[in-house]
Amino acid sequence: MLLDLQARLRAGGIRVTTTEWLTLIEGLSKNLGTLDVTRFHRFARLCLVKDETLYDRFDQVFGDWWTGRESRFDDLADALGEGVPDDWLALADREAPSEERTRQVEALGGWDALMETLRKRLEEQIEAHHGGSKWIGTGGTSPFGHGGHHPEGVRIGGEREGSTRQGRAAKVWERRDYRDLDGTRELGTRTFRMALRKLRRLAREGRPDTFDLDDTVRETARNAGLLDIRMKSERRNAVKVLLLLDVGGSMDHHAAVSETLFSAARSEFRSLDVLYFHNFPYEALWRENARRRSTLLPTPELIRTLGREHRVVIVGDATMSPHEIAVPGGSVEHWNEEAGATWLGRLLTAYPHAVWLNPEPAEWWTRTPSVRLTHELMQGRMHPLTAAGIGDAIETLKRPARTRPQPSDA
Amino acid sequence: MSDAAHGRYITTDALHEAVDAALLLERPLLVKGEPGTGKTELAFDVARRLGMPLHRWHVKSTTRAQHGLYEYDAVSRLRDSQLGDARVADIGHYIVRGVLWEAFESAERAVVLIDEIDKADIEFPNDLLQEFDRMSFDVHETRETVTARHRPLIIVTSNDEKELPDAFLRRCFFHYIDFPDRETMERIVAVHHPDVKKELLSAALEVFFDLRELPGLKKKPSTSELLDWLKLLIADDLPPEALGAGDLRTVLPKMHGALLKNEQDVHLFERLIFLHRQRDRGEGRDGRGR
Repeated sequence: MLLDLQARLRAGGIRVTTTEWLTLIEGLSKNLGTLDVTRFHRFARLCLVKDETLYDRFDQVFGDWWTGRESRFDDLADALGEGVPDDWLALADREAPSEERTRQVEALGGWDALMETLRKRLEEQIEAHHGGSKWIGTGGTSPFGHGGHHPEGVRIGGEREGSTRQGRAAKVWERRDYRDLDGTRELGTRTFRMALRKLRRLAREGRPDTFDLDDTVRETARNAGLLDIRMKSERRNAVKVLLLLDVGGSMDHHAAVSETLFSAARSEFRSLDVLYFHNFPYEALWRENARRRSTLLPTPELIRTLGREHRVVIVGDATMSPHEIAVPGGSVEHWNEEAGATWLGRLLTAYPHAVWLNPEPAEWWTRTPSVRLTHELMQGRMHPLTAAGIGDAIETLKRPARTRPQPSDA
Repeated sequence: MSDAAHGRYITTDALHEAVDAALLLERPLLVKGEPGTGKTELAFDVARRLGMPLHRWHVKSTTRAQHGLYEYDAVSRLRDSQLGDARVADIGHYIVRGVLWEAFESAERAVVLIDEIDKADIEFPNDLLQEFDRMSFDVHETRETVTARHRPLIIVTSNDEKELPDAFLRRCFFHYIDFPDRETMERIVAVHHPDVKKELLSAALEVFFDLRELPGLKKKPSTSELLDWLKLLIADDLPPEALGAGDLRTVLPKMHGALLKNEQDVHLFERLIFLHRQRDRGEGRDGRGR
């Protein structure tokens, strides 16, 4: 019974390790969290969840696991004295979500997406519905309602066999107090900064201005006790970042999230250059968005002057007509002699540590031809502009893009 | 449940159980929560209630794990050696004990507070794993081993500026201190300002919680800010009406500087108030609401 909880938690994306599991068992055997289910819930969370952004998910998995087991808590408490009985294991085998099932749930985008769809559907649906695959009702394969067949449906009304209603209402985990902490939603400067912080390359650079004790001692000893002071420069995050921001047009919808990323990056990186473009980078970028024409920076000049060690982060929705990328003269704003794809290729060759952040949800990318095209041009180095996406992007930044043989621009 | 008579710290059941579990199973307790929810205070309170000595280790960006064990003061020794001091012969004179050493040697079980562990380098927590597991460490200079007489209760606080390594998290209990709800907040205030007028308190809390609900604030006011604000209000002996409670949309509360610490937040708030006022005036003119 307990192992089933572990399996479910792992399937739900909470990586419960054996150490943590054993701690839980040890605690339970010392009568921690065995008094009632609220305490058990709290104690299990204390042992197993190490991140408040996962509290909400834990509550959901726990609630799901608990449904139908309300009466069995005493059995659990009794059984704990006797080690792990075999039938728990058997049960875990039978009830653990299969690979396939998990994949099916993920196909729907996981819980949050499911709940979101449910909300929409509730708004749309105006009458009772039974059978069928979409509306909320009984039977059928819609994910919502009860008595139907869907791998991870949302139960609305009805009761599972053998479960009791007692104490079902207002369980702590059902209040979902921690919903706002869920990492997949929260978008603040702070979360972005946390995500960006992983992008660092510590190096000792600049003037040696701190006292190097170890080296001084070593050198002094080598010097037969005569003091030989050694200095070293401080360790700093030496990573250099170039941020290219798409502004205007369809990006206006994403202004807030771009701004958040911008302010997070500005406070996080010592060396940050920011340039703007519209829709796609062409032969020139601009330094200040407000004064586009007067602060133009030709792209070849950028490539010539900006050090190759820069990490390039391009932010844009890449949503436009494919011509704007693929064809010379395709830009909506001006006549471009060479296609955007060529320019992006040059940037990528010059700065192989580059990545594209897209504020549009990743599920939509394949539907827009221009996004697909950009995704290909970026060699798949495109990530959604979310805290998790930035984390992945930083992993991507660590390895360079393949360089393609290209005519040199020198 | 805590009792106000025991101290000035109010806990919830969950936090209480977390501390109990950490004591019983001898695991470090990692505490997170919004700033101002009393993470640091927790350790002080636990030490006070259990009558255990508290060893506080305040972590800074330059702190290394070694600092908590001991430090070898090579510079002093070097200086002494050049001055011909006799002490120099014994290296033990130049070993400076750190917080964990003190706690390990303590005659009774102690509380160790590792405050703001996230401020240190990413590797910092990992460097302490061994010491936490074995509850002992070696002093290389003198070739001795320091072992804890009693496993101390270790309370670690984090402000989430860095992610902590998984290996460290695995060994900890984790508790997230929720922001107090209104009821708990009343109890907290009662402990700190027992003589506050009821009307003033309820007006102030209303303003406070409304303010926290305001979308787009860069920094939400926290418990400690509420307490400061109340102190100012009490000192000024303001009537509750002056706070503009229930009417947060149209009046900037008095002494808001104690609650909103950010210029942009104050601007945002002023702008909202301005908008609401305009709308109210517009509604008043044509005599019907929307």
